[in-house]
Amino acid sequence: MGSEVESLVNREYKYGFVTDIESDVVPRGLSEDTVRLISEKKGEPAFMLDWRLKAYRRWLEMKEPHHWANIQYPAIDYQNIIYYSAPRTKKPLGSLDEVDPELLRTYEKLGISLTEQKMLAGVAVDAIFDSVSVGTTFKKTLAESGVIFCSFSEAVREHPELLRKYLGSVVPYNDNFFAALNSAVFSDGSFVFVPKGVRCPMELSTYFRMNTADAGQFERTLIVAEEGATVSYLEGCTAPKRSTNQLHAAVVELVALEGATIKYSTVQNWYAGDAEGKGGIYNFVTKRGKCAGARSKISWTQVETGSAITWKYPSVILQGDDSIGEFYSVAVVNGRQQADTGTKMIHAGKRTRSTIVSKGISAGQGNNSYRGQVKVLPKAEGARNYTQCDSMLIGNRCGAHTFPYIDVQNSSASVEHEASTSKIGEDQIFYLKQRGLNTENAISMIVNGFCKEVFKELPMEFAVEAQKLLGITLEGSVG
Amino acid sequence: MLEIRNLRANAGGKEILRGITLTVKAGEVHAVMGPNGSGKSTLAQVLAGHPAYEVTGGEVLYQGQDLLAMAPEERALAGVFLAFQYPVEIPGVSNAYFLRAAYNEQRKARGEEEIDPIDFMDLLEQKVRMVEWGPEVLSRPVNAGFSGGEKKRNEILQMAVLEPRLAILDETDSGLDIDALRIVADGVNKLRRPDNATIVVTHYQRLLNYIVPDYVHVLAGGRIIRSGDKSLALELEARGYDWLTGAGAAA
Repeated sequence: MGSEVESLVNREYKYGFVTDIESDVVPRGLSEDTVRLISEKKGEPAFMLDWRLKAYRRWLEMKEPHHWANIQYPAIDYQNIIYYSAPRTKKPLGSLDEVDPELLRTYEKLGISLTEQKMLAGVAVDAIFDSVSVGTTFKKTLAESGVIFCSFSEAVREHPELLRKYLGSVVPYNDNFFAALNSAVFSDGSFVFVPKGVRCPMELSTYFRMNTADAGQFERTLIVAEEGATVSYLEGCTAPKRSTNQLHAAVVELVALEGATIKYSTVQNWYAGDAEGKGGIYNFVTKRGKCAGARSKISWTQVETGSAITWKYPSVILQGDDSIGEFYSVAVVNGRQQADTGTKMIHAGKRTRSTIVSKGISAGQGNNSYRGQVKVLPKAEGARNYTQCDSMLIGNRCGAHTFPYIDVQNSSASVEHEASTSKIGEDQIFYLKQRGLNTENAISMIVNGFCKEVFKELPMEFAVEAQKLLGITLEGSVG
Repeated sequence: MLEIRNLRANAGGKEILRGITLTVKAGEVHAVMGPNGSGKSTLAQVLAGHPAYEVTGGEVLYQGQDLLAMAPEERALAGVFLAFQYPVEIPGVSNAYFLRAAYNEQRKARGEEEIDPIDFMDLLEQKVRMVEWGPEVLSRPVNAGFSGGEKKRNEILQMAVLEPRLAILDETDSGLDIDALRIVADGVNKLRRPDNATIVVTHYQRLLNYIVPDYVHVLAGGRIIRSGDKSLALELEARGYDWLTGAGAAA
């Protein structure tokens, strides 16, 4: 594949603009004082500060996990990061009527309207700008059915009993280096609580935007679905183009009680850096769900197209008998992007089932690794897993790797793993061109076909968005 | 419609076409026959613009335009259609979606609006019947999991939808059983019109019992060594290619 493709590459990152807004920024660097300052700024109760400090002290003893992931990057200077940045406003944030118009314009530009009348019907949004939530839509409508959907800060103030019960119950503060860091300094995020027997009446979504240079974004999301409850949640992310790297270390915890279903979808489009690999987001994220009750179900769907580095393994602990875990993933790397992503399915309960479908696409000089663990514990009688892991290569300078770990401790379990690697061929592209499609449309069609099994898991609006995004990310990657 | 003059082409540095001259007029069907390795499929691929072949000499005029200067998709949009010898699989993309994308590209090229999806389904159902298929084939992914015969039939379905001015059938008969051969040939015959033309590339005379050519050309060593009417194909069937390739070498 020749130069025709190469020359087409790298269309402008559409979301790379910066919002000019005055921010309340804490000085660079991290110490116990920084942690206290963040907690104080948020007016948190004592239990929250204690939890943060425990996490911070544990983090100091931990080492960055540099050895096992198939990614390369220079050491991160944790003292050169800004840990808290909030748009400065005269009035308190949280009420959409009073949000700075500049912020509303930012979200309009990103295609997210925060005006309820203009919004997509049936989707409620929590908008997070740097370290804080600027507002959550449809709160009242949701409250009528008993659903709580608010910023994490608000949840700490308004629902401390729920947080005490569930915070850290799936991802403990000492889980891993980045989770511990997040637990110490997290600034905001979303909280969802769907009470017993309630089917959440609309899609919930959070839109994350990083704006301030050198600021890290450390958000935390906690979703709890009580017995028989159902909820579908979407997450979208963008950041301005900057020549320095920005750290994003989030934690997401999902708890599904008996018979509950949580569907969590992500379209990640953080700035990926330029063609030479300068700038871009370092995306180190811990996402885990617990099927705590029998017959519960947690389904992760992710479309990862952005970030200079992606390090994330949305996982499910299948504790309840007959519970179900799913992971559907599309990860695309182009330019110099690196992704090491996959999942863990931990089968503890009887007759638990998990499905993993991973589609990795590598173009340019990108490097894509699937890393997945399927673990069947001794008591998981009759557990079943099916894993399908496909890689597609575009061009000659990219890489695709697969690292499956399978650990079965119960002889009645059945675990299947299928893997394939293919290359977009000149013949495939020529075939479509002979039918009148140009190179870009041909590649887009081939790649979208490759990802179909994952895209069909996404909510409708997101599926269309994801297809377009894929086209843009791969633009000019082949000739 | 098509004028090929002294066309020469290489593949992998080796000269395969060594001066082909051929004129095809609207309404005509030309059969290009020849033994394995004679350059038949190369000719088909070069006319469609496959990047693996390098044109080293000669010219090709298609409706008065320099065909060799056009990108493969431009040729397609100008009405050149190649039914592939080895149709390519596109997993995850349904036949209906693929056909609609291709059909709309043609409409766009003519400055027309995209077709209404429901109108297009009506059109597709009619075309599917033409190749004696059921509508279920439309939701199957393009060629993925198709038998050899189904792939060939799918090529004819695409041809029926896109209605090309110049169709080039590259060994469309190879690997077909007698029923499939009849269906494919019937499809091609139904699409014959006074304003379009067909080049049938084949190794065997068999297909020409169904698609009756106006002219038959025998290719050997990258050149046309004999042209005639359909009786030439029958003579080849009876006497084999050696009869001509021997003569060709002497000439």
